[in-house]
Amino acid sequence: MPLPPSGPRSTLASLAVIAAICAGAIGALAYTAGWLSPDRLTSTKLVDALAPSNGPVPGYRRNHAKGICFTGVFEANGNGAALSRARAFQTGRHPALGRFNLGTPDPGAPDATVRVRGLGLQITAEDGAVWRTAMINAPVFPVSSPEAFYALLRVPASKAPNAMAAFVAAHPEFAPFGAWAKSPDWTASYAQEPYNGLNAFLLINASGAEQAVRWSFRPQAQAERITPGDLAKRGEAYLEREIIERVAAAPQRWSLILTVAEPGDPTADPSRAWPEGRRSVEAGILVVERIEPEADGPCRDVNFDPTILPDGIRVSDDPFPAARSAAYARSYDLRTAEAKDYPRSAAEAPR
Amino acid sequence: MTADGKHFTGVQRFLHWSMAACIIAMFFIGVGMVSTIMPKYVPLLATHKTPGVAIFVLALVRLAVRARSGAPPLPADLTAPKKLAAHLSHYGLYGLMVAMPLLGWAMLSAGAYPVVLYGDIRLPAILPQNAALHTLLWNAHSYLAFAFFALVLTHVAAALFHALVRRDGVFAAMAPVGSRSGAAPR
Ligand code: HEM
Ligand code: HEM
Ligand code: HEM
Repeated sequence: MPLPPSGPRSTLASLAVIAAICAGAIGALAYTAGWLSPDRLTSTKLVDALAPSNGPVPGYRRNHAKGICFTGVFEANGNGAALSRARAFQTGRHPALGRFNLGTPDPGAPDATVRVRGLGLQITAEDGAVWRTAMINAPVFPVSSPEAFYALLRVPASKAPNAMAAFVAAHPEFAPFGAWAKSPDWTASYAQEPYNGLNAFLLINASGAEQAVRWSFRPQAQAERITPGDLAKRGEAYLEREIIERVAAAPQRWSLILTVAEPGDPTADPSRAWPEGRRSVEAGILVVERIEPEADGPCRDVNFDPTILPDGIRVSDDPFPAARSAAYARSYDLRTAEAKDYPRSAAEAPR
Repeated sequence: MTADGKHFTGVQRFLHWSMAACIIAMFFIGVGMVSTIMPKYVPLLATHKTPGVAIFVLALVRLAVRARSGAPPLPADLTAPKKLAAHLSHYGLYGLMVAMPLLGWAMLSAGAYPVVLYGDIRLPAILPQNAALHTLLWNAHSYLAFAFFALVLTHVAAALFHALVRRDGVFAAMAPVGSRSGAAPR
């Protein structure tokens, strides 16, 4: 035995040391976990704030809840390969899976009540690398930071008079989105919308050079302008009926446009458009070949987390993708846990 | 049996301490990442996966080494229930260092997420996509993480009790460098 067992005095001191180490470890974990900082903005708070006043609809996405699946292919033309070494940009046909959706937490919301339309997309290159992105038809995002988005989500619940006016006054960046949202020219089809990534990402090419870009999928279909009033007359779920018929008649196409930032362009702020005239690269065509109902369709249980990126694309200084990733994971965890609440067949869906 | 019958071999000690550092880091990375929406969320999640899977691989190596090299006996004056507690806790620690990474990997697979480690190492899915499995595995990963943390704390407290109070050579057996015991022949 190396040393005699310690005496009573030093035993007490030793026990105190051990207790202090354990308490310190628990305290450090609690601090890291945010249990001591209730003001920290978490994914739980963001996702809770998305819920409508009568509560979230269990089993569904916490935002962009109304949607329909598609499969197809991304036909890369090789033009993007100079900017990114991701295999998805090399000439070839890469399988695609996605979801047309409406920016609402209510899966039963009538089409004409939702201005924001979205596209969730997954492109899988032949080497198996997965690229996911979720984009909307708005040309800019309403706010410049995730914190401001949280504040915006909390406006409807606010008891203060003129809460929205106060928010807009405090967030001048809201104006371009606000003007777009008020404009009456909607389109009559998911196929006629552009889908803009809004967030900036860095593309990394074969020699390791990095370049900030934003991307958009621009429709090849001609836009049929329609007012929300006329859209309402076509029915609450017209857009889904329309896209089913349209794709059954012919595949629908979008061109992927990469817009290349110049030094000084606001990469960290999706509420600010980049100046006109930026170099753009058309990197390929998304072909939507087949529509499937969301119920048990291939897109329902996919999280179109915008930080799931192949080698050759990474996040930039834009704070949104990280915040979105955290929030989408939370939404996904919740909705998969509530899978039993999701109607199993399309006929049961709340339409 | 170990070289001198009193100490874990150098390989075992190296594995023990390097993995201890990794595992403790994993607890903090895990709880830190799920409570933030800041840009660090993305690198934290990536960092969580890579050492997590490394822990899984190292744990298998470690069990193989353990099977070959064995362990020094616990002090003869330790009561039977205490010895049993020591052995059971070690089974628990080994079990969790294998199970936690597997649960994380399986949970991502069941959620149809690609599992990509540093260096663009892409792991295959070990389960098909399934909502119920995703939920089960996510709960297991989360609850067992806290059970693991509690077990590690108990283990550390017991190790320090041996080192500071009982001074019975148990700590020296695993000490990262030669102990003060003088009884540790190199
Ligand atoms: C901090 C800001 C944001 C938050 C908190 C947020 C939140 C969410 C949540 C919780 C979902 C449901 C995810 C799921 O369950 O799978 C979702 C879906 C979606 N979001 Fe966001 N979002 C944000 C920003 C954006 C931005 C900037 C865009 C567009 C550029 C966008 C476009 C979409 C689209 C298209 C979907 C549907 C994807 C799908 O079909 O699964 N979001 N969002
Ligand atoms: C010894 C190994 C590991 C430990 C100790 C560990 C620990 C943790 C902890 C403490 C959390 C937070 C749980 C909570 O606060 O509720 C967590 C979450 C998570 N872990 Fe691990 N983990 C390990 C390995 C892995 C591995 C290998 C992977 C994946 C390959 C993984 C994937 C995840 C994911 C994805 C989450 C977040 C889940 C979500 O937000 O949906 N973990 N982990
Ligand atoms: C994540 C952290 C840790 C894990 C998972 C862990 C795991 C283990 C395991 C499985 C054993 C049993 C070895 C065997 O019999 O095969 C062991 C032994 C030991 N550990 Fe740890 N350990 C951790 C941290 C620590 C720390 C921080 C200390 C010191 C304060 C420590 C001190 C010891 C000692 C002294 C032994 C030897 C016990 C004996 O002779 O049976 N461990 N550890």
